[in-house]
Amino acid sequence: MTAALAEQGTRPAPAATPPPAARGSRRRGLDQGVPRWQIYLPLCLYLLFTLVPFYWMLLFALRPAGSNALVPWPITGEHFQKVWNERSFGIFFQNSMIVGVASLVMTTAVALAGGYALARFDFRIKKGFMLALLASQFIPGALMLVPLFEIFKNLQMINSLGSVVIAETVFQLPLSIILISGFIKNVPVSLEEQAWVDGCGRFRAFCAVVLPLLRPGLIAVGSFAFVHSWNHFLFALMFLSSQDKQTIPVGLNTLIGADSVDLGALAAGGVIAAVPVVIVFAFIQKWLITGFSAGAVKG
Amino acid sequence: MADAVAKPPRVTRRRTGGPARRLPYLLIAPAGLLMLGFIAYPMLSVLYYSLRNYNVTKPWRNGYAGFDNFTRILTDDPQFWDTLVFSGKWVVTEVLLQLLLGLALALLVHQTFLGRGLARALVFSPWAVSGVLTTTIWMLLYNPSTGISRYLADAGIGSYGTSVLSDTGTVFWAAVVAELWRGVPFFAILILADLQSIPQDLYEAASVDGAGRARRFFHITLPHLKDAIILSTLLRGVWEFNNVDLLYTLTGGGPAGQTTTLPLYVANTGINGHDFGYASALTTVAFVILLFCSILYLRLSKFGGDAK
Repeated sequence: MTAALAEQGTRPAPAATPPPAARGSRRRGLDQGVPRWQIYLPLCLYLLFTLVPFYWMLLFALRPAGSNALVPWPITGEHFQKVWNERSFGIFFQNSMIVGVASLVMTTAVALAGGYALARFDFRIKKGFMLALLASQFIPGALMLVPLFEIFKNLQMINSLGSVVIAETVFQLPLSIILISGFIKNVPVSLEEQAWVDGCGRFRAFCAVVLPLLRPGLIAVGSFAFVHSWNHFLFALMFLSSQDKQTIPVGLNTLIGADSVDLGALAAGGVIAAVPVVIVFAFIQKWLITGFSAGAVKG
Repeated sequence: MADAVAKPPRVTRRRTGGPARRLPYLLIAPAGLLMLGFIAYPMLSVLYYSLRNYNVTKPWRNGYAGFDNFTRILTDDPQFWDTLVFSGKWVVTEVLLQLLLGLALALLVHQTFLGRGLARALVFSPWAVSGVLTTTIWMLLYNPSTGISRYLADAGIGSYGTSVLSDTGTVFWAAVVAELWRGVPFFAILILADLQSIPQDLYEAASVDGAGRARRFFHITLPHLKDAIILSTLLRGVWEFNNVDLLYTLTGGGPAGQTTTLPLYVANTGINGHDFGYASALTTVAFVILLFCSILYLRLSKFGGDAK
């Protein structure tokens, strides 16, 4: 039993299957003595709470208008066709992609530089910079809409996707920098120094030694940036005035606010909005928890 | 920047001379400039506007107002106090429930069981979903004629035609449940990350000494999680206070202002009411309240207090 406990402790992300000995046995084993049903019963209840809303959206998106069936059969694509073509979700999707990918790239690049400075250097304004990062977490982005609007108006960036990209990037930077500097601190300095001895410059040493080790962390931070700007709504709502510049959340909001809500179209729009983030989520899921434990919690 | 980067640093790292001293500043420059331009400067503008009458629809009144806006907030605006009370109720309810459910969920999926990987992926998935998408999903569920309530009524539970979002008695909890749906995974992920760092031999030793599950939880797990819990509740509290996406689209602050948080009130005043001066003063007040509550919370919870 002790061996089994110790083994679990050292395995970072164990496979889903428990060893046969633990299954069905009431002895305290890997799971510190929790009976199976005490795991599966609450889990199933919580899964119900999580999945029924997703299912409901799929149901409305796939079943024909006017149907009340609880299983979407026959499946119809009419709602998707409608929102994609008539409701311009095709264009919204493209705009959201541009905003999402651009703020992913900007956030990661800028935060990587800032995070490296925080992790590897002592400099005079370091404390102040850290304080500014933390303080900015308390500033509600939504409440700064008016001054931000005026800034972008002066920069003649109103109704251009660039304004949204900048705004999204800026508000994700503080947390991203803190996370990335946490990841970099976890890479031993000695590895870098070894590369310097071997004749690499700081930049080359960083690219060759640190960057590969940062990959999980960078993917986590980049994904946050993408998901966040894909989902976020107020900046796009405020800074983009013409229909062909708008993003998916704004499109969804238009459908929600319509006088008579077309539930099928709304659901199909929701599915279109959900697909990219669900794909990103499935992709980063295994890094998410280790990413957080390395970057945020351990700081 | 190029020469600072390209030169191989000396093996005896002297961080005081030449390019090595400039490098950290160059590295934080992009982030610093972006934040100065798009956070610090707008923040100062908010402070400036808050001392002015600045209403787009009443240009003849524009000008310096002194502390008039603030006096009006504190003495002559019952709606401000209403929204403040609702904000408090909303933040405390959300954070408390998200913490309890998130902790339970994290402990649950920390166990070893068949299908754990899939279960984790599924229960964490609403984390990726946004305010407006959450609204979309829950609007479909709450819809009085085609939502869940109709099917429940078909089965003999409840009554037909009830819209939980337009009833002042139910709208708060309807919004709370929708926000819980996407908020619990955040807590669960953070707590799970910290759970995995607890040395397993602590539990082993406690078991040998005869500690039961409850005692191991209260004497090992909970103390170890303390800092992570304090930090995530603070971050989440600030987020729940500041974020307006969900309430803006789900209830619009209604019915009858029942779900208007202070930031939502500000957004309505500024964006829809065009009264930028007053909205800026409200923003300033909101920021001060938030900062005060956060510092108080960190003090009271003795964050990082015990040697760990």
